[in-house]
Amino acid sequence: MQKKEMLAVEMINISKEFPGVLANDSVNFSLAQGEIHALLGENGAGKTTLMKCLYGLYHPDAGEIYIKGKRFNVTSPNIAIENGIGMVHQHFMLIPPFTVAENIVLGREPRKNGMLDQNKAILEVEELSHKYGLNVEPRAKVQDITVSMQQRVEILKTLYRGADILILDEPTAVLTPQEVKELINIMKNLTSQGKSIIFITHKLKEVKAISDRVTVIRRGKVIDTVETAGATEAGLAKMMVGREVVLQVEKGQAAPGEIILEVESLKAKDERGLPALTGTSFQVRRGEILGIAGVDGNGQSELAETLIGLKRPTGGKIVFNGQDIANFSTREIIEAGVSFIPEDRQKRGLVLDFTLYENLIMGQHYRPPYASGININYRRVKKEVQRLIKEFDVRTPGEDILARALSGGNQQKVILAREFDREHDLLVAVQPTSGVDVGAIEFIHNRIIEQRDNGKAVVLISLELDEILSLSDRIAVIYEGEIVAIMDSEEANEDKLGLLMAGAGNRKEMGGGVE
Amino acid sequence: MKSLSKLIVPVIAVIFGLLFGAVFMVIIGKDPILAYQVLWNSSFGSMRGFFTTLVNTTPLIFTGLAVAFAFRTGLFNIGGDGQFLVAYTATAWIGFIIQLPWFIHIPLALLAGILAGGVWGGFAGYLKAKLGVHEVITSIMMNYISLYLTSFLIGGPLMKPGPIPATPRIFASARLWRIPGSRLNLGFLLALLAALLIYYLLWKTTIGYEVRAVGLNPKGAENGGINIARNMVLAMFISGALAGLAGSVQVMGLQHRAYQPFGLIGLGFTGIAVALLGKNHPAGIILAAFLFGILSRGANEMQSMAGVPKDLIEIIQAIIIFFMAAEYVFTLILRKKKKKKGVVANVE
Repeated sequence: MQKKEMLAVEMINISKEFPGVLANDSVNFSLAQGEIHALLGENGAGKTTLMKCLYGLYHPDAGEIYIKGKRFNVTSPNIAIENGIGMVHQHFMLIPPFTVAENIVLGREPRKNGMLDQNKAILEVEELSHKYGLNVEPRAKVQDITVSMQQRVEILKTLYRGADILILDEPTAVLTPQEVKELINIMKNLTSQGKSIIFITHKLKEVKAISDRVTVIRRGKVIDTVETAGATEAGLAKMMVGREVVLQVEKGQAAPGEIILEVESLKAKDERGLPALTGTSFQVRRGEILGIAGVDGNGQSELAETLIGLKRPTGGKIVFNGQDIANFSTREIIEAGVSFIPEDRQKRGLVLDFTLYENLIMGQHYRPPYASGININYRRVKKEVQRLIKEFDVRTPGEDILARALSGGNQQKVILAREFDREHDLLVAVQPTSGVDVGAIEFIHNRIIEQRDNGKAVVLISLELDEILSLSDRIAVIYEGEIVAIMDSEEANEDKLGLLMAGAGNRKEMGGGVE
Repeated sequence: MKSLSKLIVPVIAVIFGLLFGAVFMVIIGKDPILAYQVLWNSSFGSMRGFFTTLVNTTPLIFTGLAVAFAFRTGLFNIGGDGQFLVAYTATAWIGFIIQLPWFIHIPLALLAGILAGGVWGGFAGYLKAKLGVHEVITSIMMNYISLYLTSFLIGGPLMKPGPIPATPRIFASARLWRIPGSRLNLGFLLALLAALLIYYLLWKTTIGYEVRAVGLNPKGAENGGINIARNMVLAMFISGALAGLAGSVQVMGLQHRAYQPFGLIGLGFTGIAVALLGKNHPAGIILAAFLFGILSRGANEMQSMAGVPKDLIEIIQAIIIFFMAAEYVFTLILRKKKKKKGVVANVE
């Protein structure tokens, strides 16, 4: 009992089951007063589930939760908040048309005559923001401020409610490298003022940079809790994946050939009809990987979709192998020789309720050898597909199970197998490793480099800077729908790209921003 | 094993339907055992009864297939009745307007029905694909357009002068062969053939592949170079053509002329129930249509011999549909039971 009083949070034997999935299996977790504790695991390992149990969003099927030594049955977030727990979700929970101050005080508003006391709210927010060094503009509307400031607003919101235990769910996913550094400073500052922080992540580097201790979760189970200082990235990766992983991508020198793809002042609109690509231009050669770096929402999705014909450009040219394919249909573009790994493998990449063999022929299903006339030769299909499954190491009991039943990494391998196997000169890969386990990342990266070495041109669009830096031969930075810089990867580093991704230093942020 | 487990829900639904029907009978003071005996005997007590049941089954196979095929593309074809009527009229017209050798006349009359029903359904698909108008709305509206159009045609330009508002009889060369002394005709075989063809189309051809991909995940299909709009129109055309064949066979096998309709006959709507009970699979649809054929065959006899109002049959049908629609609840219960046994899938 003595021990428990020293801990900010202690969770004992927490189990939580969803239909068909044991998301947490007798998990033990503890957070010491004033520490930053990283919760590390692959997507779907059960990190967020555990924290949602602590925050009262889920009810564990079994186990005990102690907050500051006292046992609680956290049945709703209100109980968690009352006991000093605050959670910043991966997707922010802010009201865009409200001001920063209004968002922060929401639920605990200072009142005057039954009305919101605006001045007092602003005053309180300013005070709080000075105290913890979280720079915000209280009068600005949330819809007008940057993502990193929105994140600070979320943190302030929890502090305003008196939180001294903060849960940050994948907070760096939406930030540029500079913003990540800033966040690290904020977190350290908070702990120096007595706050305790749980930091959910799947990025090893950040664990090393920020945390005091780290708990690794794999498939719903705690593998170990260790002091960060004594752990290595490779060791943590092994714990996370369950086997030895090569973190460094090995690749030889590129041997670029002739220009395959030439995008000229391409324009396109997003789903709301607003301009998303405002004149994008670049070239890609055979045998090279062009990485496109950028913060999410700067036109990457639209660029990918126009390249594969899912979206009609409103202007510009896409010259591929000498012909303008800007107004081709997706089928025509596939036939011309473009392969595509979409951003959203479950919605775009696969038909989840199709079998593997049906998914593996998608796009080629109407052509020989799979079909003659309108007849699909499923016997032939299955034979080809068995070869692909073996070649691409898809872990599956057979070719006739539904794609839905596979893990994220194996689903991605199915897409890879399909796209790499067909005749193509260009590969467009968007976020090829998002949400797949570390082991599969290694496999996918190697296969993409192999593509390059086989003389294909590769356009790699990714939000993961590490991925861009380690795979690309040249790197283009996209900002507000335009390529603002292209450089050889030897010239690039995180800081340089980060600045460009944020608008080359002349960003329109009010307050805060880069130092 | 896998296909057997698919039968569980429909079988439970039918049993529940009959049980609830029995409860109703007891409440109104009738003998359910006698009633179900009459029902059974009406279909299986005599050859003639059995044949009549098959006659009732025939159009339901067609309209059930129609609903199922559209459904596989993610579309809900509620316009089966409208498609039925335009095809019914078109086939009758081809049947009486010209006399031809049977081997030309019969295919031609069927083709007329296929085209009429197909165009009627395909138009709703076209509106959905090009303008985004929901096919439920358009296909319902087109039911009424069809009803009044065919009612006008059969009662007007196509009507044979006389006391009955109907077209002239079709030539013998356009009639489907009947088993002598019964109304059972080749139409039933055509329906089975259609089911086989749809099965083949759905699971052995590129057309079925694309249609099913669009139905399961349009975005994924699009990514594979499949044209969603084209497949929607095509699926609604095929769906309409199937419903249309029900109308053609009605004329060519049964009535030998088209009678002026005074309302929607409801075969298209019953087709929805058949498709639902048959789980949108051609084999299931044949069985479901047969069951509905038995029920409709026995309704009158149950009324006259067991004193059970024939509306009760519709209540039983409704309960069956209700339980089919509640399938999700069943699967949930089944899953919970499995869970208790400790079956846990891997994470993610």
